[in-house]
Amino acid sequence: MNNKLFQSIRQAIRQIGRNRAMVFASLFSITAILLILGLFLLLLVNVNNMSQGVKSTFDQVQVNLKDTTTRDEASAMMEQFEAMEEIESVVYQSKETALANWKHKWGDNADLLDRLPTNPLPNAIILKLVDVKYAKDVVERARAMAGVEKIAYSQDTVDKLISITNGIQIVALVLIAFLLVVSVIVVSNTIKLTVLSREREITIMKYIGATNWYIRGPFLMEGIFLGLIAAIISGVLVSLLYHYIVTSFGLDFMLIMSTGLVREKFMITNLAVVFVSMGISIGAVGSIISMRRFLDTK
Amino acid sequence: MAEETTEKKKNRLIIEFKNVTKMYGDNVGVEDVSVKIREGEFVFLVGPSGAGKSTFIKVLLKMLDVDKGHIYYVDYDVTQLQNYEIPHHRRSMGIVFQDFSLLPKKTVFENVAFAMEIVQMPRKAIRRQVPAMLDLVGLKGQETKYPNELSIGEQQRLAIARAIVNNPHVLIADEPTGNLDPETGWEIMRLLEQINRRGTTILMVTHSPDIVNAMEKRVIAIRDGRIVRDELGGQYHPEEDDDPDGDYSDHELFNLKNFEKAYRERKIKGGADSRKE
Repeated sequence: MNNKLFQSIRQAIRQIGRNRAMVFASLFSITAILLILGLFLLLLVNVNNMSQGVKSTFDQVQVNLKDTTTRDEASAMMEQFEAMEEIESVVYQSKETALANWKHKWGDNADLLDRLPTNPLPNAIILKLVDVKYAKDVVERARAMAGVEKIAYSQDTVDKLISITNGIQIVALVLIAFLLVVSVIVVSNTIKLTVLSREREITIMKYIGATNWYIRGPFLMEGIFLGLIAAIISGVLVSLLYHYIVTSFGLDFMLIMSTGLVREKFMITNLAVVFVSMGISIGAVGSIISMRRFLDTK
Repeated sequence: MAEETTEKKKNRLIIEFKNVTKMYGDNVGVEDVSVKIREGEFVFLVGPSGAGKSTFIKVLLKMLDVDKGHIYYVDYDVTQLQNYEIPHHRRSMGIVFQDFSLLPKKTVFENVAFAMEIVQMPRKAIRRQVPAMLDLVGLKGQETKYPNELSIGEQQRLAIARAIVNNPHVLIADEPTGNLDPETGWEIMRLLEQINRRGTTILMVTHSPDIVNAMEKRVIAIRDGRIVRDELGGQYHPEEDDDPDGDYSDHELFNLKNFEKAYRERKIKGGADSRKE
């Protein structure tokens, strides 16, 4: 087995050497394709991260109670909310707690709030939803209850953000799939050249009783080499680019979007895994496709 | 002759065609062919071009699927083999082609070793067995040469070495002398006979009557996809077998007298026992 593996690798290297110009050209194109693919991957992961962030920030509904609503009435309402499946947790927030929170948020300027004649904040029930998609439903039911003054929930913003992120995700995924197909085609065309130049050898091997996998071995290795080298080059470039983005714009991004970029170390580790496996698969699939016609015949 | 027949009957059946038909559209490849070949036999498959000789070989190797009938080989039915079983089926047969089918970029040694690598023999066995095979076919000391540095006869010997290195049950030779001059053709025939005596069944396709008539082996004659004659110690006369109407055009036969002369001389010189059964 090892013996055979080494044979395949040795042959693959020899073939690449024999076919240098073509291999270089396709290496270049696959690297370029994977580079673009990597950019979309960065976008996809970050958008995904952002939409998770949005979802967890906005999966709260604040039900403000009228001043006339008693604590007992509020408890009864809370029991109703707790019975709903869409709601994860129910917390009562008294106007005093709300004010304290507000003061905490304002930090150094909190003493301004001390001048308020009365506490203007309402008592509220804070609902944490299982998923942001139930918001509309829950809001409608809460509105129907007696003793509710107003419901604070940024429905439209959330909907818009979610549909935008979904859109970006779909586009990025489609483009990534398309680029993968293109790179497989490039690999398979390159390998096909070597296959053609060795067609006769393949036929003889088949007549002597070589299995299809034995014949594929060296070509498979060649494809995998090609894919792997392209993946490593483009993977390193994409990682460097991400490092640059994070160090230059990371902070600004955090301030604007309220969620940060995906952490650099996490991103690069995952990029390495994704690119290496992508390179190997592109190479393997490409060379298997290129040989199909030759191995189908008996 | 009678003795030879009873002797052959002791051996087990190795190839059996049962009502095999293979059509190419409306053209007949082989039609309703039934034949039995026993282990250790030396069989000539003769007939004019397009008679169905190649089809016979191809369906046996499962390079083609049959339309009807069964082909039993050793202990299984070739027509029922799954695709993944085909390589193993072929490994139990050695094949020699008319054009030798050697790999020009590999040395003599590598050309033979490659057949053993395919069946995943350990390197040690390859290093031991390849020289032995080359010795057997008379190519000792030529290991590092490339096929184009060999004479045509030597190339065919190399092809034979490759075909038998994995000890096949059957050696299939498709016109092995077709590209050779009579002298060299004779050498190849002697080599095949020698291999046959080691117990390997030989199935040789040819349309050379000279060889067939000089060897006096079993002859199966095919015409228009059907077996028209099958006899031990047989002869082959293209005028009768291939073309009953009598206008056989003779472009592929080489000089009968020269060949027979060469064969006899060789027999006296060194191969006296080569024809004895």
